[in-house]
Amino acid sequence: MAITDLTPDVTGAEPARGRRKRRRGSSITRSGKMMAGLILLGLFVLLAILGPILAPYDPNALGAPAGPPMPGSTVPSQLPGSAHWLGQTNIGADIFSQLLAGARSTVIVSFLAGAIATVLSVIIGITAGYLGGVVDEVLSLIANVFLVIPALPLLIAIGAFLGPEQTGHPLVVSLIIALTGWAWGARILRAQALSMRNRDFVEAARVSGESSWRIITREIMPNLGAIIASSFLFTTIYAIGTYVGLGFLTIITAGADYNWGTMLFDATSSSAVESGFWWWYIPPGVAIALLGTSLALINFGIDEYINPRLRMAMSARATRRAFGRRIRPQLGFTPVARLVDPAEGPS
Amino acid sequence: MHVFLRRLGFYVVAAIAAVTLDFFIPRLVPGDPVLTALAQMRGSLPPQALHALELQYGGDPNSSAWGEYLHFWNMILHGDLGYSMSSGNVPVSEVIGQHIWWTVILVGLSTVISFVVGTAIGTLAAWRRGSWLETLLPVTTFLQAMPYFFLATLLVLVFAVKLGWFPAINGYDYLNSTIGLNWPFLKDALYHGILPALTIVAASLAGWIIGMRNMMVTVRDEDYVLLAEAEGLPQRRVVWYAVRNAVLPQVSSFAMALSFVVGGSLLTEIVFSYPGIGYTLLAAVKNLDYSLVQGIFLVITLVVLAANFVADIIYVLLDPRTRQEA
Repeated sequence: MAITDLTPDVTGAEPARGRRKRRRGSSITRSGKMMAGLILLGLFVLLAILGPILAPYDPNALGAPAGPPMPGSTVPSQLPGSAHWLGQTNIGADIFSQLLAGARSTVIVSFLAGAIATVLSVIIGITAGYLGGVVDEVLSLIANVFLVIPALPLLIAIGAFLGPEQTGHPLVVSLIIALTGWAWGARILRAQALSMRNRDFVEAARVSGESSWRIITREIMPNLGAIIASSFLFTTIYAIGTYVGLGFLTIITAGADYNWGTMLFDATSSSAVESGFWWWYIPPGVAIALLGTSLALINFGIDEYINPRLRMAMSARATRRAFGRRIRPQLGFTPVARLVDPAEGPS
Repeated sequence: MHVFLRRLGFYVVAAIAAVTLDFFIPRLVPGDPVLTALAQMRGSLPPQALHALELQYGGDPNSSAWGEYLHFWNMILHGDLGYSMSSGNVPVSEVIGQHIWWTVILVGLSTVISFVVGTAIGTLAAWRRGSWLETLLPVTTFLQAMPYFFLATLLVLVFAVKLGWFPAINGYDYLNSTIGLNWPFLKDALYHGILPALTIVAASLAGWIIGMRNMMVTVRDEDYVLLAEAEGLPQRRVVWYAVRNAVLPQVSSFAMALSFVVGGSLLTEIVFSYPGIGYTLLAAVKNLDYSLVQGIFLVITLVVLAANFVADIIYVLLDPRTRQEA
């Protein structure tokens, strides 16, 4: 939803950077949001890969409470302590190990679903936009129908008829999530392909007798890289929310792995909130939010790369630091700080 | 008029697709779970109910797939969604009728509040660039990345368990009020609805803020805004011109937003044991009440389609360009 204006406007002026030196590297890695998102995402991917090695316990193993005693009591409790870093569930399972197992399944399913949905939306969206005519009408109609049918009720209805051997399978779960998540990307890519089909370089390729398939894959697709990436991230965020949501509803079982949504369901259905077991439901919720935030930050970085106007203006204090006086951005005029002499041009 | 008819045509096609999807879901799944369940229920159900279910799910060996499809349409068009096994064989439409209003009012009100507040904040954030509102954007992103059910859990923790201001579960006080248009019930329903509504507003606000902010940032560089400013119109008028144009993509992204909000409200209902359609749907899944599951999916979809049609009409009313081509 953050994508509003997709006109590639790379001529936009660089926003003022204050006294900070111009760093080297492409403009993508220079965006603070982008870097923060990438680092956060890298951390989660690392946890997903190394999870089973790092996990101190079997997530299903039950043990006696081994944490520090509650105030006013001497018996060991399930509180976080040196033995169990994030504490234990009410029946003694290690929450940190469950969290790690959940990281793996969530990352695998959401990225797989995001990838499948993106492939679908690229094929359907670009084909519709490039070919036009009846093909466009039919494909757009299908995409729009999928867009207006509410996804979660559909997934619940499908899940109700599936057995545990299907709902515990990461590939099946990714497929059904992807089935409900491709339409948005397809609609954006269609609009972009439509605007590109009459550009000179596409005309040239067509005149020189290249096949439609080759024009789509070799001429149009490379020019839509940023938008495809953004649509992939958006779909993956959707897939994370849907995966943990279905886990919370216990529509899907996580199989051998844990699902952060299922952890939250276990916690709330054992009245963890009422009995003050905060260490049980806070970590999975924060983990979901952080993973989603990391992808959203990368997406903002891409949006700002596509449309530089979206970059955040400097705060009032930062402008004062940079220019020595207060600058209020005026209507229609984006303040541009020229740190190099305009005659020399940017190096 | 032409535009209205074309949009109406699209929603008719979408409704046909939804009914068809509803018909195929139980048939495309491997292993035929419904017939297994039916076989187990033989004897515990009245013969007519069993026969109706067999007709609905293709247990009758004499019928073809096409015949079943036509039979399904015949049922839908007569408003017959089958019988709910888990609620003592009452018609599915009756069960849905008892619960759908809770969800429609909850989701409708909180979506309108979220849209208005989010669009207003987005406008301010774009107009006063560099103000504290803009530094608020990453916070709302984090809020948006939080799943509805976790946000609901946190609200229960703070406002119900710690502060005790609002009830943690249920849609009204079962003991002291009866459903109907009486003041104690309405007061009670409002009181119980505040936390679920707050969950939905908080979780969906960020999308509206960011969408409006990004569109306003783009629109305020347009020539007509510059001209309005150069003519010395009051700031308020200039902002109004920009808002009128920037709000259009907000209205047109309503379709997808609504799909998210409906999904989120189902999850919220579970946390609060709210007597809406989401809670009923999950109970139906747990009880293997397949006709109820299918009926609820169909009704939710049709309501969402109707809401989208209303949003489309508003869009046409707001944007004169769409009316000109007719």
